[in-house]
Amino acid sequence: MKLIAHKTLAIATLGLAVALVGCERPPIEAEQMGFRGTGMEHLVNPRTEAQLLKINQVPDPLPAVSQDGPRAADIYQNVQVLGDLSIAEFNRQMAAHVQWIAPNQGCSYCHDTSDFSRDARYTKVVARNMLRMTQHINEEWQDHVQETGVTCYTCHRGENLPQYVWYTNPGPRQAGGFAADRQGMNLASPEVAFSSLPYDPFTALLGQANGDINVLPPTALPYTDREGASIRQTYDTYGLMMHFSDSMGVNCTYCHNTRNFHVWEQSTPNKVTAWYGIRMTRDANVNYIEPLTGVHPPERLGPTGDIGKVHCATCHQGLNLPLLGVSQLPDYPVLSTRTGDTTPPSADDLPAAEDLMGPGSD
Amino acid sequence: MAEYQNIFTQVQVQGHPEEGVPIKDGNWGRQGKPFFNYWAGWFGNAQIGPIYLGKLGLASLVFGTIAILIIGLNFWAAVNWDPVQFIRQLFWLGLEPPPPEYGLRLPPLADGGWWLMAGFFLTISILLWWARVYQRARALGMGTHVAWAFAAAIWLYLVLGFIRPVLMGSWSEAVPFGIFPHLDWTTAFSIRYGNLFYNPFHMLSIVFLFGSTLLFAMHGATILAVGRYGGEREIDQITDRGTASERAALFWRWTMGFNATMESIHRWAWWFAVLCVVTGGIGILLTGTVVDNWYLWAVKHGVAPPYPDLNAIDPNLGGAVQ
Repeated sequence: MKLIAHKTLAIATLGLAVALVGCERPPIEAEQMGFRGTGMEHLVNPRTEAQLLKINQVPDPLPAVSQDGPRAADIYQNVQVLGDLSIAEFNRQMAAHVQWIAPNQGCSYCHDTSDFSRDARYTKVVARNMLRMTQHINEEWQDHVQETGVTCYTCHRGENLPQYVWYTNPGPRQAGGFAADRQGMNLASPEVAFSSLPYDPFTALLGQANGDINVLPPTALPYTDREGASIRQTYDTYGLMMHFSDSMGVNCTYCHNTRNFHVWEQSTPNKVTAWYGIRMTRDANVNYIEPLTGVHPPERLGPTGDIGKVHCATCHQGLNLPLLGVSQLPDYPVLSTRTGDTTPPSADDLPAAEDLMGPGSD
Repeated sequence: MAEYQNIFTQVQVQGHPEEGVPIKDGNWGRQGKPFFNYWAGWFGNAQIGPIYLGKLGLASLVFGTIAILIIGLNFWAAVNWDPVQFIRQLFWLGLEPPPPEYGLRLPPLADGGWWLMAGFFLTISILLWWARVYQRARALGMGTHVAWAFAAAIWLYLVLGFIRPVLMGSWSEAVPFGIFPHLDWTTAFSIRYGNLFYNPFHMLSIVFLFGSTLLFAMHGATILAVGRYGGEREIDQITDRGTASERAALFWRWTMGFNATMESIHRWAWWFAVLCVVTGGIGILLTGTVVDNWYLWAVKHGVAPPYPDLNAIDPNLGGAVQ
């Protein structure tokens, strides 16, 4: 009998240990964000936070240079956006782009080094329009990015392609035929924090200019003339919110009082910032990123032939303030307002991928 | 020293297996040669079997198996018949009801048709099993309390998967099959209809759910505590109380001023358990059909307490961009 008890105890202890393997060890720090009793807390694990702090540092700015002398547009050809900079500042800005986006390839990642001014590589066409997008965001979307703003580095972090982008996701192969369709969900999906919610909430909710995210009805009682949101729509919204939470390292209660997700007065001001963030993301995707699809070679496109687009994680990367809220704009002021030719890209005016070279390397 | 510690059944009776009383109706007889299991004896009776399957039981198992096969094979198809992914993703896989555009029409198999079929077969199976529970109780000359408690659970099941979707005019309102998918449905359902916690029938259901566990703990603990006086012979004690029953009653009268009786405690437990699903079913039935947003309903009727505003201003009001 004693032996059995010991065995049982050993098995139970082992079972408990296995069950706890996936957990973060306490203590977790909690900061109260709302009225007492509402459970509105921002939770931080100081140990995982330390790692996040380490990988979210802004690189040292390049040394300041003279702002005097002739303008870039007067000396160089085909400078459409940054033409108002001094030669020295223009070259400093270009060097920053190398540091932020193509540290291993150098200038020729975008430029044909036999003629820097030519739009020979598709990467140069993309880079120019991403510059326009960055300036547009910093000038028009201060409701979201505030004075901090964004730079190429906010998303790129020294990589050619930002680590966190999304493509329309048909999901892995399913049997098809007359077998039940997954309806875009019910797999363990990192996009929605490993829940079984829709693994592509982005196409519907961040990939077009509009899209109703709110699923809550505005009155207590149902009205026959109002079509309410379906449960399927609710899954999309819920999935998108899981992405919000996961990509910013926050709980639902960072923005919401979860007694009712919709009511503004009871939400924290962060919800307003997020509301603008949703619109900003749609603006960037629809007006600046999607028109560039045609210049990209097929290997840079997603499984359904679409371009990599932005969502919250693209900039936030696990933090509620990207790069810990440190602004790079004072060091690179040209990114903070629109300059030169500010026209957003239009698919009709851009060259086709076949007429462009791929990226090079120094 | 461990004389009266009776968390587990410590005395096992193993001898000639008991066949049970003769069967009055039904010509199937009981199936299976009874045997003893040491581990079963720790938790209950060491004797396993014989079982009375009968026509209803067999039909129920057949329909239930069809339902499980439909669900399982469609899970497997969702990972393109990959056995490894089937196991890895098992808790995530789901069989979804038809998308909203089909309303209450019959959808193609791939678009929720299988869900309807699985639900149909599962419902038949459950109803047949209910009839079997009822008949077996009758055959033993028992009351039919178990069958009616089971019927209460079937009520909630039917409200979730059939009655409410029909009233809402869309199969898509129903619950998917699947471990995590049905949990995600539950949360999405609560979010969509403005927080189910403000639904008074959901509140009642929680009261009876937690109340059931409380009563279960109180009753179980009381009987174990008087086990040393033969307190587990509860049926005898309904008519002939004895010292165990007297002590148990006195204990509760001393601690809280009131005691249930040896019989009435079981009525309490039965009603709490039954009302949990009956009130829950009513709450689900009213959601979306009669009330669209339970939070706003609760505000309207003074149920939801006011909290100080946190001053987020609706950007839709201020002529904001886009």
